[in-house]
Formats: sequence, C-alpha cells, structure tokens
Amino acid sequence: MQTPLDAIHERLGATMTSFAGWQMPLRYGSETTEHLAVRRAAGLFDLSHMGEIAVTGPDAGAALDYALTGQISAVPPGRARYTMICAEDGGVLDDLVVYRQGKQEFLVIANASNTATVFGALTDRAAGYDAAVVDATQDYALIAVQGPAAAGILAPLAQLDPADPQLPELGAMKYYAGAFGTVAGREAWVARTGYTGEDGFEVYTRPQDAEHVWTALTAGGSGAGLVPAGLAARDTLRLEAGMPLYGNELGPDVTPFEAGLGRVVKFDKPGEFVGREALAARASAGPSRHLAGLTIESRRIARHGYPVLADGRTCGTVTSGAPSPTLGVPIAMAYLDRPPASLAGAVLAVGIRGEAVPADLTDLPFYSRRR
Amino acid sequence: MSVPAELHYTPEHEWVSVEGTSASVGITDYAAQQLGDVVYVSLPSLGATVTAGEPCGEVESVKSVSDLYSPVDGEVTEVNTELEDDPSLVNAEPYTAGWMFRVRVAQDGNGDAALPTDLLSAAEYEELTKSAG
Repeated sequence: MQTPLDAIHERLGATMTSFAGWQMPLRYGSETTEHLAVRRAAGLFDLSHMGEIAVTGPDAGAALDYALTGQISAVPPGRARYTMICAEDGGVLDDLVVYRQGKQEFLVIANASNTATVFGALTDRAAGYDAAVVDATQDYALIAVQGPAAAGILAPLAQLDPADPQLPELGAMKYYAGAFGTVAGREAWVARTGYTGEDGFEVYTRPQDAEHVWTALTAGGSGAGLVPAGLAARDTLRLEAGMPLYGNELGPDVTPFEAGLGRVVKFDKPGEFVGREALAARASAGPSRHLAGLTIESRRIARHGYPVLADGRTCGTVTSGAPSPTLGVPIAMAYLDRPPASLAGAVLAVGIRGEAVPADLTDLPFYSRRR
Repeated sequence: MSVPAELHYTPEHEWVSVEGTSASVGITDYAAQQLGDVVYVSLPSLGATVTAGEPCGEVESVKSVSDLYSPVDGEVTEVNTELEDDPSLVNAEPYTAGWMFRVRVAQDGNGDAALPTDLLSAAEYEELTKSAG
C-alpha cells in the first residue's frame, strides 16, 4: 500500500522500504542528518501506516478498560494515554496511544504491523458493550512534526477548535493532549505526542488533505530547519529515547513488566480486564527478563538478536541497536536474564558476528531532552 | 547516481580502478545510497590474499551490515585507514576519498593486469542497477 504522500516522497527522492505492507520512506538523504535535525530543529514524518481504530459509544470507555491494561475511562476528553493490549497470558499484543476525542469517542493508534490484530481483539473484547469498533486507518493520513522547533512551526498554521474556549493555544497544549482544529485550513486532530524523545505534534488529517498539509508545513518550517525524516531516523530517535519498539522490545512473549513498563498496567481500576490474572502473577513474581541499555566500545553495531556476554557467558540478547548520533557511540537495548545491578564488576561484551566487542551498561533512556 | 565510465564494476556493487598491476577497490555510489550512512568498514589486512568473488570485509550502515567482496585476485598492498575515523567518506566520495583497499594483481601475457573476465563495464553496471530499481 502507498500512503497519501507517496508522490511527495518520490519527488523528494526518498529511499523507500516495505513495512507491514506499506511503502514507506526509509530516508530522504542521510538518516544521521535527519536524526540530528529532529534533535536540534525539527523533522517532518509521514506515519500514515499507523493504524487508527475508532471506539465509540456510551460504553466505549468501559470496553477499553476491559480490553487494555490502562484505565482509559479515566482519561479526560482532549487527553492521550500510552497503554498496551495484552493477551490472556499477559503477553503484549501491541503498545498503543489512545486519544479521548470526546465523551464517547476514542481513537486507538496501533502499530502498522498490528492493526489487524488490535482491531480483531478490540472487536471481540467490546462485544458485550454498547460500543462500536471501526478500523479507520484508511480515513487518516498521519503527519508528525517533531523537534524543539515543532511548536513554532505548527502554531502559525494551526487553528484549534474556536468553539471550545477551554482550549489553550497550540504552544500551551500539554504533552499527551490533543484537539480538533485545522492545519493549513484543513480539518485535523492535532496532538502533542510522538516517538522521538522530543517535543512535537502529530497531525491526523484526511488522506486527500495530506499533501496540502505536508507542503504547508514544509514551507512554514524550512526557515526553522525542518527537514523530511524517514523511518530510519525515527528508529534511532526512539532508541536514544529508550522507547520500546514492538517486535524488538515488545512481543507476545514479553509482559509489560519485562519491558520496565509495568506502570501501564492499572490493577486498581474497576472491573475485570484481559490478562489481569497473568499480569498480577508476573507483577508479584518479578520480571523474568530485564531490559537494559548498553553502549558499545567500537563503531560496530550490536544488532537485534546478537548475544550479550558477561565474563564470556551469554547473559542476554540485544533487541535493538544503532549508532547514536547524539552520543557519538553505538547504543543498544537488550534483555538480560538477571538484574543489571547484579552485573556490576562483570566484563560485558556483545557478540558481534563472532567477536566479543566490549560494552558497558548504562541507564535508560540514553537521551532525555531538556525541559 | 554516478557511474564513472573508466572503472570496472561487479554485480555486488564494487568498483575497480586499475593502474599498472595495482587495482583500487571501493563500493559504488549506488551501493552507498542503498546502504545509507556507513558507520563502520572492516577491511582485509595488509598482505592478505584476496580472491575474486570472495568476502574480504564488511560494510556496516545504520540499518544493515553487508559483506565486502573482492572483485580481483591478488595481495592487499594498501588499505584506506581514513575510513576508521571517518566511514562517512564512503557515502560522500565513494569513488575517491572513500576507496577501500588496493590489490597487486598478476600480469597477463601482455604485461597488463590480469582481471577477472566477468567484471562489468560502466554501461553494463548502470543497466544492472536500473533493472534492480
């Protein structure tokens, strides 16, 4: 499938890649340059492959409380929540952002590779509730503006709902908030969310408006250093920010506790939810694996699946690895079979194609923006 | 994308430049663009014997790691140590500052460098990259 911005990517000479059935821009030029632009100014991303699932109706909040790990019914309209959908055995089916767009209207954002799974699970789990579940992925294009300059670039182009006097100006919008409005005159849901570790916004528009919005943002942002950025930069940005990627740090064989994200499981919410029993057992037993951060003492990259060695013996597996443009060294996240603190004093390495390359444990995230 | 006319090429996207019996080797502009930003290059050792079509090193980019194949037979006489500190030269100047290693190749009956017969011309290589999309 092509996103509504495909012609623009071609015009920009993007290197395209196939991802979850979508043709997506991997990079436009140098992914390192794109990464640094997001850290220092701003980047423009086409994320139209992401899944949008609308859950609406009088019981929509209650249905999501049952279906997901978070207490979604407690999210006020105009706010967003990072949450997960788990299987009965506590394994993660996907990590999600849920926007509450109105009293009875929620928009669930799924990873592209999991949209069908999440839609199917939500449909099943909402069956007993007065709520409609609709896969609205084809109704949206998603354009993200990420970086310290994002608010300044988007503000002159954005008009949040003038009928709602409660809404702040764009620059005063809280992180993990969202509002209906217009961008470059086109209807949009504008949210202060992202996956880069920077301030930024995600603009959900109609597909037919995507080119217009992209072009307006490009024109408005070029003076501020905005550049188009591809999925390669998005991956290194999220890795520096210590954010998990489904398929790497998250999967059906992992509970939120292994990923260090047990906080997304709200045991004290009213009512039952899918996976509660298994997750409660995992919460009391402690995680079976531990997500840790590594820096590599080489230019070589510790990639997904490479073994982590403590004093020459395997103690874990790399889940994600890349050069860190911000730190100037390769970084990696890995699951270890013991708590990182117990490895103090051990000689750590990553097995990179047969060679033990020295590595050091480090706290996650690798990078935090100054607030 | 540039494909200098005077060079020889391989289907694995190496280029070869020959002066006397010294063959300089690198990867093509097309390959560098496909790989993305190169972050690490592992080169054969000085004095090592390399064989045409056999892996003799690695080129690692942000997203992938690929074998580097020798396009010729011979002995490695020089490697580009600049790439240790600045592997991005492979992206910036793949045919000049981004060269990787030099090989002394055998002479043929006429005293010229004996090159594998299946090396591609610039036109043939350009055709190959076009059909690859």
